[in-house]
Amino acid sequence: MTQVSSLEDRFLQIIDADEKIEPKDWMPEEYRKTLIRQISQHAHSEIVGMLPEGNWITRAPSLKRKLALLAKVQDEAGHGLYLYSACETLGIDRSTLLDQLHTGKAKYSSIFNYPTITWADMGAIGWLVDGAAIMNQVPLCRCSYGPYARAMVRVCKEESFHQRQGYEIMTVLCKGSEEQKVMAQDALNRWWWPSLMMFGPNDADSTHSELSMRWKIKRFSNDELRQRFVDMTVPQAELLGLTIPDKDLKYNEAKKGYDFGTINWDEFWEVVKGNGPCNEERLRARVEAHDKGQWVRDAAAAYARKQKEKSSLSKTA
Amino acid sequence: METNWPLYEVFIRSKNGLSHKHVGSLHAADAEMALENARDVYTRRNEGVSIWVVKAVDIKASDPADGDFLFEPASDKIYRHPTFYEVPDAVKHM
Amino acid sequence: MEAARKKFILQWADNSMILGQRLSEWCGHGPVLEQDIAITNIALDLIGEARYLYQILAVEEGKSEDDYPFMRKEAEFYNLLLVEQPNEDWAYTIVRQCIYDHFHYHFLAAVSRSKDEELAAIAVKSLKEVRYHLKFSSEWLIRLGDGTEESHQKMQNALNVMAKFASEAFLSSEADLWMLENCGEPDLAKLKETADKDLLEVIREATLSWPNQQTVRRGGKAGIHSEHLGYLLATMQYMQRTYPGMEW
Repeated sequence: MTQVSSLEDRFLQIIDADEKIEPKDWMPEEYRKTLIRQISQHAHSEIVGMLPEGNWITRAPSLKRKLALLAKVQDEAGHGLYLYSACETLGIDRSTLLDQLHTGKAKYSSIFNYPTITWADMGAIGWLVDGAAIMNQVPLCRCSYGPYARAMVRVCKEESFHQRQGYEIMTVLCKGSEEQKVMAQDALNRWWWPSLMMFGPNDADSTHSELSMRWKIKRFSNDELRQRFVDMTVPQAELLGLTIPDKDLKYNEAKKGYDFGTINWDEFWEVVKGNGPCNEERLRARVEAHDKGQWVRDAAAAYARKQKEKSSLSKTA
Repeated sequence: METNWPLYEVFIRSKNGLSHKHVGSLHAADAEMALENARDVYTRRNEGVSIWVVKAVDIKASDPADGDFLFEPASDKIYRHPTFYEVPDAVKHM
Repeated sequence: MEAARKKFILQWADNSMILGQRLSEWCGHGPVLEQDIAITNIALDLIGEARYLYQILAVEEGKSEDDYPFMRKEAEFYNLLLVEQPNEDWAYTIVRQCIYDHFHYHFLAAVSRSKDEELAAIAVKSLKEVRYHLKFSSEWLIRLGDGTEESHQKMQNALNVMAKFASEAFLSSEADLWMLENCGEPDLAKLKETADKDLLEVIREATLSWPNQQTVRRGGKAGIHSEHLGYLLATMQYMQRTYPGMEW
């Protein structure tokens, strides 16, 4: 066996051997911090992400769609829970994480700050937003941190139904009336660019990327994943008979992929800063749910305490 | 008063014949609630036939830093493994 | 199909549909993530149950299952007033649920013994789910009733408001009587005894008390509803009413 000179060497050796770091293993403080930031941001995104789709649960147009949407949004709650649970293994508890969300200290994916205005948005979100999320998430199943990788395996397994149900909604709309087709195109127009922004800033402007790659938290760069997403999605749009709202979109034979227009990064940063169309509503909804749940959490804790006292009394009696 | 529900670790037996496997954790005010939450959270797609929940604080875990004296001594005791012993090819069913 | 059988099916389906719709409003807004998931599971069960029942009618009448929840008017819904009451907060929601589950569980058990095989089969299937609902809502009723002073008060207040909606479930409509006569079950008057006894036991354990001086609010089974149902339907039927006759 090779002698390791320090804890850090041993840590890097595990990373280089493509093995996993587990909660109680030594890890650099920066690795821990990066993971907490990324996993909690991911968890918050799942929870806040319930809201734009949750909007349409009570208005879903058929029983089949209502059940599918309800199950899907519930899955997002589950995913949030898996991820909070993974994050807690790093020595931070959920209530601290929620505080960070509620006080605006922690971020979540900006895509959820856009409004869901029509039913077609349920299709577009499933197809594009979940599609982009899967692209980001599949490599995370091989992330170097064990609990995160395992949570992502569960998430990805469940996520595949989300994208399919979204695309199916779009398919039905595109085969429907003229009004429905217009609705589908309008949703694509509104969700296309924000979906591309989901992969984060261009590689040149990405601050956290280099170390994350070294530590195998991240496996591919933002731009690589974005390119893959575009290449995958353009033919899907063509099949639907919809037009991607980008006049610069063109197949590039040499790179065997699509060239596409410039993303409006000013808009991206505005939304990140909190000035998107729904930032306030989303955060307010989360804070309100949490605050209104306080008495419930307190009461359940009080009841559990009383029961424990009762059972220890009956044991001593 | 900010009361944090304790953390429970969740173990699920996916079908009879297999052992319970750790799947994640959740928060619950008491063990009964933890079981129900585990059912709702971790078996939404028929993933289990039996659930264990245990308070995370009640788990005593070995320290990975002690790995060298806890686990490495076993790695050179190859005589515990069947492949250590040579048996003529003619011998079947062994 | 006998008009009475259809009416009986609608009463049953509408209860599950409307309560499922109410519970689905919680999704994304629950008091804690774990309970958000739990209450959504119950909503899924209930809407699923309603769907099976609407499908029976749809096949019979050559309609779509969606015609029933999305295209009928307020007065054509026969659900109990109880299930259309707003969620208000977790206390109201749990009290409403616990009252309903006590009826629902015993109702399904009875229907599962009836001679109507088609309906009995649905009852058997739902009974498994509702047994869990009953456990869930009873435990929460106890937990919050016997939790803090604040939670106790909130639960008692909710109980005081909801109690008057509890009895309607057990008052037989003509359709209920037709079922009893022709299929042997459910005998609602008999169910009431068991259901009430069980419910009172849970309420006692929760250190709560059933309010005296009970008025009984009824009308749902005859299609005469509270003001709340109209708003619920306006939301639920929005798509089908705005874009009639389209596939989604």
